[in-house]
Amino acid sequence: MTELQKKCVEIRKSTLNTIGNLGVGHIGGSLSIVELLVVLYEKHMNINPKNPKMQGRDRLIVSKGHSGPAVYAMLSEKGYFSKEWLNTLNKPGTKLPSHCDMNRTPGIDMTTGSLGQGFSCAMGIAKASKIRKDGAVIYTIIGDGETQEGQIWEAAMFAAHHKLDNVIAFTDYNKFQLDGQVKDICNIEPLDEKWRSFGWNVIVVADGHNCDEIDKAIIEAKSSEKPSMIILNTIKGKGISFIESMGAGNHSMPISEEQWKQGLKELAGEN
Amino acid sequence: MEMRQVLAQELDKLMSENKNIVLIDADLSKPNGVASLSKKYPERAFEVGIAEQNMASVAAGMSSYDFIPFITTFTPFATRRICDQIAISMAYAKQNVKIIGSDPGISAEFNGGTHMSVEDIGVIRSIPEIVIFEPVDNIQLKKILPQIVNYYGVVYIRMFRKEIPDVFSDSDEFDLFKASKIQDGKDISIFCSGIMVQETMAANEILKKEGILAEIINIHTLKPIDRNAIIESARKTGAVLTAENHNVIGGLKSAVCEVLMEEYPVPLRSIGINDVFGQVGKMPYLKEVYNMRAEDIVEKAKELIELKGK
Repeated sequence: MTELQKKCVEIRKSTLNTIGNLGVGHIGGSLSIVELLVVLYEKHMNINPKNPKMQGRDRLIVSKGHSGPAVYAMLSEKGYFSKEWLNTLNKPGTKLPSHCDMNRTPGIDMTTGSLGQGFSCAMGIAKASKIRKDGAVIYTIIGDGETQEGQIWEAAMFAAHHKLDNVIAFTDYNKFQLDGQVKDICNIEPLDEKWRSFGWNVIVVADGHNCDEIDKAIIEAKSSEKPSMIILNTIKGKGISFIESMGAGNHSMPISEEQWKQGLKELAGEN
Repeated sequence: MEMRQVLAQELDKLMSENKNIVLIDADLSKPNGVASLSKKYPERAFEVGIAEQNMASVAAGMSSYDFIPFITTFTPFATRRICDQIAISMAYAKQNVKIIGSDPGISAEFNGGTHMSVEDIGVIRSIPEIVIFEPVDNIQLKKILPQIVNYYGVVYIRMFRKEIPDVFSDSDEFDLFKASKIQDGKDISIFCSGIMVQETMAANEILKKEGILAEIINIHTLKPIDRNAIIESARKTGAVLTAENHNVIGGLKSAVCEVLMEEYPVPLRSIGINDVFGQVGKMPYLKEVYNMRAEDIVEKAKELIELKGK
């Protein structure tokens, strides 16, 4: 197992602990972006956890704001705040709400949760960085269900028109949304062609849980003269079999103490 | 001079002084009079096209980078169309965005019912922490705009855009958060906003001839409303009339009632759009249809004076 893969196991454990401690949460779409977060924070992002608001830093806007628990696990791993905070998810007065909140959590670059908006905000941030000429890379993650929001496509046109080549976006294509399979609810295919026709550089990663593939895609995207959309084929609830098998049911689900323990064992390779 | 020309002049001045100000348009920069700014500031004044939701969130994103974005469109698109983006991307996220909506209420004239915002103040007023400013004339707009730039937070500017006679003079000073008293009076308080201030001034001429001395107060900032000005005047006159270019639900009348019912209830009547949608027409016609003329103000004022003390 590589160092990055080991890190992914740790982030999955922390994410499960975060939600397990509360007993319920958005586990599916959190676990599906773990490899992406690890590759971004370990290999690419120019940030300083000691100075979360550092000028000219790279930004990450998690437009699918309900993936907060995985992001918090990653941020605490990087030292933005103590790992003990993870036990406070959604508890009274917490700094870690379900959905990402830039005014509560150090390291969160934009408040998100109302789907589609974070992606547009990211385009504004990218435009701002271009004016400041600070060379920041603006990363943003959207969900496959979120792709159904009209605002995503308004922002897509804007980014291409304004030549925002400093944007590297990701679709967490885990094929499920709250009510069922994306293809049954309102199909978004052909997804790669859609983005290409909107003037974006598109890279499809066949296995969105392969750190090397994600890394290669980001390196390739950095040299593009267009905004990039990296489509990551992922598995909702990845890494814990009873969660994976729930499909759409794992969007937000209760986790019993027994399931929590079982999940940790599985992540530790004991099953 | 038209109000939109004053807007463009002042924004030009502010943008030249403050490199953090950006201007974002959604294909209405020409009707809003600010099209020339994109030539002068190509980097900081730009279009998003007909995509108001994106405009709102792009502005919020730029604010997170310490810019001060102004977004411009017509009032219905500046409010109800992007209500969630204003609530979440801007206000909840504590960003510093200024929203300019032009053509409020009946001033949309021939654009008609689809473009005639009767609800915009109500929509925005119920979102926490947003300031709502409705200028009366060129002088007030010019003097308050720099205060809006200096205030950190979301401000909705509900702006008439064409030619309108000045009510105020160059020597008048304004505070964004304090109501502007236009005339001291004793018989009745008239709280008025936007284009209804001119109409109230016309009504005042008739009232004076009839020996009625109205206290006239311009509520240019609907939120946070100047509670003290309202309470103090109501205590003095004992009767209140509101005059607004908006639905009488959710706007100035509602805001004034909220203050007075808690602090000092007095007889109250209102002039405004009585919970119906707009329609095409020039302003004089629409004022007549919706009972928003000076004579309607006079009639309501007299009715109120009769009610005093009963």
